[in-house]
Amino acid sequence: MESVDLIYKAIYILVIFGITLLIATYSTYFERKIAAFIQDRVGPNRAGPAGLLQPLADAGKLFFKEDFIPAKANKALFVIGPGIAMLVATMSSAVIPFGENLIVDGREIWLQAINVNIGVLYVFGVVSLGVYGLMIGGWASNNKFSLLGAIRAASQNISYELAMGLSLIAVLMMTGSLSLREIAEQQHGFNWNIWYQPLGFIIFLICAFAETNRTPFDLPESEAELIGGYHTEYGSMKLGMYLFAEYINIFVASAVMATLYFGAYNFPFMLELEAWLADMLDSVVAANNIVTMIGVGVMFAKIFFFIFFFMWVRWTLPRFRYDQLMKLGWQILIPLAILNVVLTGGAILLKEHLF
Amino acid sequence: MENLFYFLSSLTLLCALMVVISKNPVHSIIFLIITFFTISGHYILLNAQFLAAVNIIVYAGAIMVLFLFVIMFLNMGKDERDQKTSVITKITGAIAGGLLFVVMIAALKDATLQPVDVDNFNSQIGMVENLGQLLFTKYILPFELASVLFLVAMVGAVMLGKKETGERHF
Repeated sequence: MESVDLIYKAIYILVIFGITLLIATYSTYFERKIAAFIQDRVGPNRAGPAGLLQPLADAGKLFFKEDFIPAKANKALFVIGPGIAMLVATMSSAVIPFGENLIVDGREIWLQAINVNIGVLYVFGVVSLGVYGLMIGGWASNNKFSLLGAIRAASQNISYELAMGLSLIAVLMMTGSLSLREIAEQQHGFNWNIWYQPLGFIIFLICAFAETNRTPFDLPESEAELIGGYHTEYGSMKLGMYLFAEYINIFVASAVMATLYFGAYNFPFMLELEAWLADMLDSVVAANNIVTMIGVGVMFAKIFFFIFFFMWVRWTLPRFRYDQLMKLGWQILIPLAILNVVLTGGAILLKEHLF
Repeated sequence: MENLFYFLSSLTLLCALMVVISKNPVHSIIFLIITFFTISGHYILLNAQFLAAVNIIVYAGAIMVLFLFVIMFLNMGKDERDQKTSVITKITGAIAGGLLFVVMIAALKDATLQPVDVDNFNSQIGMVENLGQLLFTKYILPFELASVLFLVAMVGAVMLGKKETGERHF
């Protein structure tokens, strides 16, 4: 790779990293605003106009609190736990295609950090590692409630990973590729996967809620039964890291759902728009760049919608009981996902034989 | 590239050793997870991305979580640590390890590296498309047999975990 390409790539990765952190920061603000809206309250409105500086105030408070480590805790692992949670959360946005290519000085820049031909597996692998942060932190606290939270997190993640993987397989059978860029390209225009995989999408959505430990699946941290679950003993910014990692996970899960099922950066009539723009501006390059930037905007609009959906569900639905959660995962979602795989395979074969 | 290989290899060996040496079972498991990561690094060096990803998903992502789960459940570490190992155990351990060492030396003494045909080597052989082609054509029988074996194991696990009639559940 040439050095210029390398610099563009480095800038792009830094920008995506910054955007990820920014969105996670402001998710905490919007979570409280949306909660307030749903419960007919005002929400944070003291720091800055409309409370917009609230995340900064929160971060400042968390940073300056006393950093406390319990006496009987395993010190090294207690500190590493939130770090792992944060590291794993920020890793998965590397393979997500946030847009098509920009053309600068005749050089194509793809708006994706790394294009590997196993992108879906990469995301899946990183997601499956996410539970280590919670488990190690919960165990190292040397507290029964933390340990129970950690054990719940582990069993819940393993159970829902299976259904998630099976619902992904149906998409992979349709697209015939593991590369997220290729999956995004195949959903050109309005040919989104959601029209072909509604059942698969619903299964994936439920599993995404379970994997990110969000209500109604937030049993690892249910405050009514476990005080605070795996982060009972945590305070100051170490607690902040756990909460922050959760919001980054929501962002990444939203981005993956938008890419796999809602056409990523594609929007209806994008080819027509590009042709019209090329005609108007008399420049193919400018038209391509403008359409790409609109595509990036569309991608983020889809991501924001899903983040809003996560919050909407949190403030609407009550929490599951633990046996209900396991029953839903093993006895309903996995058989449904297998049915979805069989139906998709049958439909693909029928299409080949009939048309 | 070669330096990377040596770095990864030494890290792999170090972490694998730490798995055995660590007194605390949870530390052992964490070192085992790092070992799986370094092995995945080796797969990537060999241009086998699919194997690397699957290694992470299956071993680091699922099996090790279960290991950690069980060890946390049993809360091992505190009581076992103080127990003294008896002299007989140490002697038998040394003899068994020494015998294994002799066998390995005997097996590897005459081993030579196979020369690699650099010109005709297909660097794309580890890619997921090629792997799938091979699995579903040349190795279809072993592949299907392995899946039947998994099914049998799964049915057996469900049978063992099933509630028997009359058994009380708290």
